[in-house]
Amino acid sequence: MNAENKPRVVVKDLNFFYGKYRALKDINLDIADKKVTAFIGPSGCGKSTLLRTFNRMYQLYPQQTATGSIMLDGDNILDKHQDLNKLRAKVGMVFQKPTPFPMSIYDNIAFGVKLYQNLSKNDMDERVEWALKKAALWGEVKDKLKQSGMGLSGGQQQRLCIARAIAVKPEVLLLDEPTSALDPISTAHIEKLIDELKEDFTIVIVTHNMQQAARVSDFTAYMYLGDLIEFGDTSTVFTNPKRKETEDYITGRFG
Amino acid sequence: MQMSLHNARLKRQSVYDTLFRNLTRLAAFGVLVLLAAILTSLVMGSMPAIHAFGFGFLTTPDWDPVNDKFGALIPIVGTLVTSVIALVIAIPVSFGIALFLTELSPRVLRRPLGVAIELLAGIPSIIYGMWGLFVFAPLFADHIEPWLNQHIGTLPYIGPFFSGPPMGIGILTASIILAIMVIPFIASVMRDVFDVVPTMLKESAYGLGSTTWEVMLSIVLPYTKVGVAGGIMLGLGRALGETMAVTFVIGNSHELSKSLLNPGNSISSSLANEFTEAFGELYTASLIELGLILFFITFVVLSLARYMLYKLGQREGKAA
Repeated sequence: MNAENKPRVVVKDLNFFYGKYRALKDINLDIADKKVTAFIGPSGCGKSTLLRTFNRMYQLYPQQTATGSIMLDGDNILDKHQDLNKLRAKVGMVFQKPTPFPMSIYDNIAFGVKLYQNLSKNDMDERVEWALKKAALWGEVKDKLKQSGMGLSGGQQQRLCIARAIAVKPEVLLLDEPTSALDPISTAHIEKLIDELKEDFTIVIVTHNMQQAARVSDFTAYMYLGDLIEFGDTSTVFTNPKRKETEDYITGRFG
Repeated sequence: MQMSLHNARLKRQSVYDTLFRNLTRLAAFGVLVLLAAILTSLVMGSMPAIHAFGFGFLTTPDWDPVNDKFGALIPIVGTLVTSVIALVIAIPVSFGIALFLTELSPRVLRRPLGVAIELLAGIPSIIYGMWGLFVFAPLFADHIEPWLNQHIGTLPYIGPFFSGPPMGIGILTASIILAIMVIPFIASVMRDVFDVVPTMLKESAYGLGSTTWEVMLSIVLPYTKVGVAGGIMLGLGRALGETMAVTFVIGNSHELSKSLLNPGNSISSSLANEFTEAFGELYTASLIELGLILFFITFVVLSLARYMLYKLGQREGKAA
């Protein structure tokens, strides 16, 4: 990785366990600042598991443990003294399916912000507008902010979830197959959005769709059965992979 | 030949079908007939009392079998007050139980605790009544009521509700027993509806940095509010009509008192206690009218709940 791509997140000797099952094996990886990094690989390869270590989502489930280190701003994310609420303010996440909260569009965005900041009504209005504009949703919802977020279309809901995540102003944005439940047009919207968002955020995306990885990401990691097989520039990984396994996967001979 | 055999079978099947359809229809309409019949017999049975006392029956505290003067105020108030206090106690406790079972409890404890709560719901109410009278009421009289008298009974405004003779039996005792009885119902409904909240929705809230408490209060509870309200109504329905357990511990005295420590009466316990000794047409009719009132209260409460949920759904539908 060259000098202009300074790493934002540094993963070192990461192992992950579901009970006794070892789902990630000695992962070492740098996530570049203000770039899009994609994790690809067949189902069960550990790409989502890896993503979920970045905000310690696995912590909700007592059987799941991680060892090694993930450094973000000089802090080890995996340190047991790490303040989870602060960590999750810095590392936002968007899921496979749109998950609007059962409240108004406005409150959906304000929800996360209120957890960390005590904004005045005006500042909050501005923040909500800012987030919705960033997520390219403002034009479609600005007249119905008081209506339920559940009433939007799937693609709009997913952009609402992205707006909700960035409203907290995180440094890193985790996208876990964000378009797998969306139609092609909504998917195109989101991909365009990802391209714009990388100006402000470091983005990590898990995707099943290799074309999507090729389109949106700067770096790609190919994983298989818990191992990081290959990691590098997206163009290199897709056009000139170093490993045979990667080539087999991206050319569709496998997976 | 073949053909006609086939036709005969078809015909036989269609006869069965019609028969079966009509049978199920009969069963369904039977419920309506039953409901109408009960209502009619209650109204007819209470006619003498309705003629004698009119609407004054609802607002009169007298209950004087010797002089044939009857009023339903005391049992009505007793029924409503015990049920409301029971819910005030039961709702937060049930919420806590459901929260623990769905979010916090270690996996190995979940099933046994869940089963225990369901078993609690299956205990016959008379056992709660006996336990309340023989175990709970004495403890309450010796340890809790004196404390209430001393510490809360002296406060302004709410003091009068908590001062009175520490007898153990009374409105408050009945409310607490009722609360214990409805907790399993409300808690198990709450647990069931909390369980259906999508994991990803909860993870989204956790992912923003919410605590478990914030996730429950701002996400899970609003998401499941219809089911939660349903569970609470189920509990309220049971509390309003509960007879045996309340009869044991409420004191069964036709007195209107500010103090919750004093004995009182509820509609169902009046009925249970007095039907056998009711003499004269007016006494019996008054008791039947009490039953009619209980029927009416339960009906209104359930209708209100339905209406509330309907409105809630409609508002969200419009927003969508």
